[in-house]
Amino acid sequence: MDKGTKTKDLNIVIAGIGGQGLITLLKIITEAALAEGYDVATSELHGLAQRGGSVEVHIRSGKEIYSPLVRQGGADLIISLEAQEALRVSYFGSKEAGTIFLVNDFLSPISGSKKTPSMDDIIKELQKVSQKAISISANQILQKELGTQVTGGIFLLFYASFRNQIHLRPDSMIEAMKKVIPEKYLEINLKTIELARAYKD
Amino acid sequence: MDDILSKEVGKKMIFLGNEAIIRGALESGVQFVSTYPGTPASEVGNIFSQIAKETGVYFEFSTNEKVALEAGIGASLSGLKVLVAMKHFGLNVCSDSLLPLCYTGTKGPFVLLVADDPSCWSSAQSEQNSRAFSYLAHIPTLEPSEPQECKDFIKLAFDISEKFNIPVMVRTTTRVAHQSAPVILGEIIKTEKEGKFIKDPDRFSTMPPRTLRMKKELLEKVKKIKELSEKSETNLIQERESREKKREIGIITSGISHLYVMEALKELDISLPVLRIGFFYPLPEEKIKNFIKKFKKVLIVEELEPYLEKEVERLAKNSNPGLQIFGKSHIPEIGELKPENVIVAISEMTGKKINFDFDKHLKEIQGINFTRRYPQLCSAEIAPPGCPYWLLFSAIKKTAPENTVFGGDIGCYMIAANPPHFIQDYLFSMGASIGIAHGIKKSAKEKVIALIGDSTFFHAGIPALINAVFNKSNPLIIILNNGTTAMTGHQPHPGMGKTGMGEETTRIKIEDIIPALGVKNWRVVETKNFQEMSATIKDFLEKEEVSVIIAKGMCALFAKKLRK
Repeated sequence: MDKGTKTKDLNIVIAGIGGQGLITLLKIITEAALAEGYDVATSELHGLAQRGGSVEVHIRSGKEIYSPLVRQGGADLIISLEAQEALRVSYFGSKEAGTIFLVNDFLSPISGSKKTPSMDDIIKELQKVSQKAISISANQILQKELGTQVTGGIFLLFYASFRNQIHLRPDSMIEAMKKVIPEKYLEINLKTIELARAYKD
Repeated sequence: MDDILSKEVGKKMIFLGNEAIIRGALESGVQFVSTYPGTPASEVGNIFSQIAKETGVYFEFSTNEKVALEAGIGASLSGLKVLVAMKHFGLNVCSDSLLPLCYTGTKGPFVLLVADDPSCWSSAQSEQNSRAFSYLAHIPTLEPSEPQECKDFIKLAFDISEKFNIPVMVRTTTRVAHQSAPVILGEIIKTEKEGKFIKDPDRFSTMPPRTLRMKKELLEKVKKIKELSEKSETNLIQERESREKKREIGIITSGISHLYVMEALKELDISLPVLRIGFFYPLPEEKIKNFIKKFKKVLIVEELEPYLEKEVERLAKNSNPGLQIFGKSHIPEIGELKPENVIVAISEMTGKKINFDFDKHLKEIQGINFTRRYPQLCSAEIAPPGCPYWLLFSAIKKTAPENTVFGGDIGCYMIAANPPHFIQDYLFSMGASIGIAHGIKKSAKEKVIALIGDSTFFHAGIPALINAVFNKSNPLIIILNNGTTAMTGHQPHPGMGKTGMGEETTRIKIEDIIPALGVKNWRVVETKNFQEMSATIKDFLEKEEVSVIIAKGMCALFAKKLRK
């Protein structure tokens, strides 16, 4: 990683559906940031919002951090564990910030919505906000290789980490993951991380 | 949990605002903690429930916030150090006892944590700004901005309470309570929790004419605490280093808004003097007067109602009559603040250009369509066999005649308002489904079904049901008994047979309460028995007296948790 990006604040928004484990991802980044000596502030939501509704968490890390919320158009990285949720948080992305959208190729129909858009439609829409919108078939790979999709968030997070989209070293992230995740789930998460490392766009 | 009890003094750890509050209470030597669960304050109870035994602290989930406060008062009168925690609406519920507590004063130190929820992320009924209670009750009030301050301010609140024998309120908001950031650990203090009640009716029995004398004493205390507020480091004046300094404009802010102000100044690369008010009541008036004296303009950055702004307007009349005061002219009064609101406001005030065109950006993303995903009852996928209310709502919808009025209450079942259910015609507050159902039945011909959860029924439903029986009303009340306080994270309630400390206790059965209240038409029906549910609803809707269905079906998420 070059030194220039190290001094810049990192603004991450993670979006998804309540129950997808967003807070675990937040904790991993936060613990890794603390271990590397960065200032860090985050925001999350609890309660009714967690009952299968749209949720998002914010993580900001850098040398001098005050706000726990990313501002409009200020996200460097937006990870979406469900594809339609990426559209909802596109508010935080912008060309100016060079926002990277990492979108899980996973669509969960929304009650009350007439039609679920296709992945292509979603990526095209996101590219209006920022060119760097990428669909990642995390859930498909996990289903095929591990027989479960529960670690989809970890896959996306470490995809970003191995490609230097997060200013923290992948090994600090792995250490933080070990701290945050209960021991009995460690193995499946470590396997997921290896799959994320090997993933070819 | 190990983290929150860590003995590594001086170590930096990541804490949620609510966790920092717990740590602060432990570092103050708290002895008695009571609460009723409510987001965004729920973690305080959840965590104390797990650590109470180990730390020697007494902890309880009380039936409602009024009882929680009163339990705390009893402990304080017995000399213990007390923390009572609740969400903003809980403050309304307990205010009947809070006001006299401020009059009598406390014996053991007493801190009241209240978490507001601007933008109503986890709250239905209003966007309450609890700072109004500071004036109403004359209760000293501190407002932290971030986790480290959550810890520090709780400790300060205990100190003030101890020194002045007065309850102290610490007010947070969602973005403070659910913000995580590094916090430096101090030492946890363990003390004996054996208290002693020493009789002093002259002090603790609010009987006129003493009540007015007590009020006088209270106002005198507040006056003394104001001197403390004037000198308090919680009211900090800050100036960020930057190339461009403005001397003629100042900013006054509090709570989470302070962080947005500092971030905005950083992004705009401009330096303005900032006064962050941590001591909201009593306000450091002299400090504010001194601060605003030298400015041409001042911007007040605060969430929700403009309490600080009004105070500054009043104070400026003497100290700087020509001062231009900006606040709600630039800062929204509805909904929580967003960082961009503050950047734009400061940019407009100072003329300093923003590097980002917010309007242009908004136009660019305007064309992006998406559907809002409403909270859902748990699916079979999330928690097999799925939320029991799916079947219940379906039975109600299928059976109730057209024009039936559906009363909602506070809990997961508020989801009844959302697609595809649409069975919620009104929603007010804990227990109100029944109270209002009764009023409608007394006034109109429509059939009324009130839906209320088990924990909510214990909280405030029982007096309303008594009233309906007493006054010869006939709504159908369906008590959704899923065996737990589901929405806030499955905390114990009186129907569960376990206390907040995990001890066995008498299980108070709703099916014992209902007949005892004089309800003649009542039946327990399992939610999985669709036909029986439907037939009972149909039958009970024709009754001329109050009827109650106890709809039994365990919270699927809770069952999943127990299986783990």
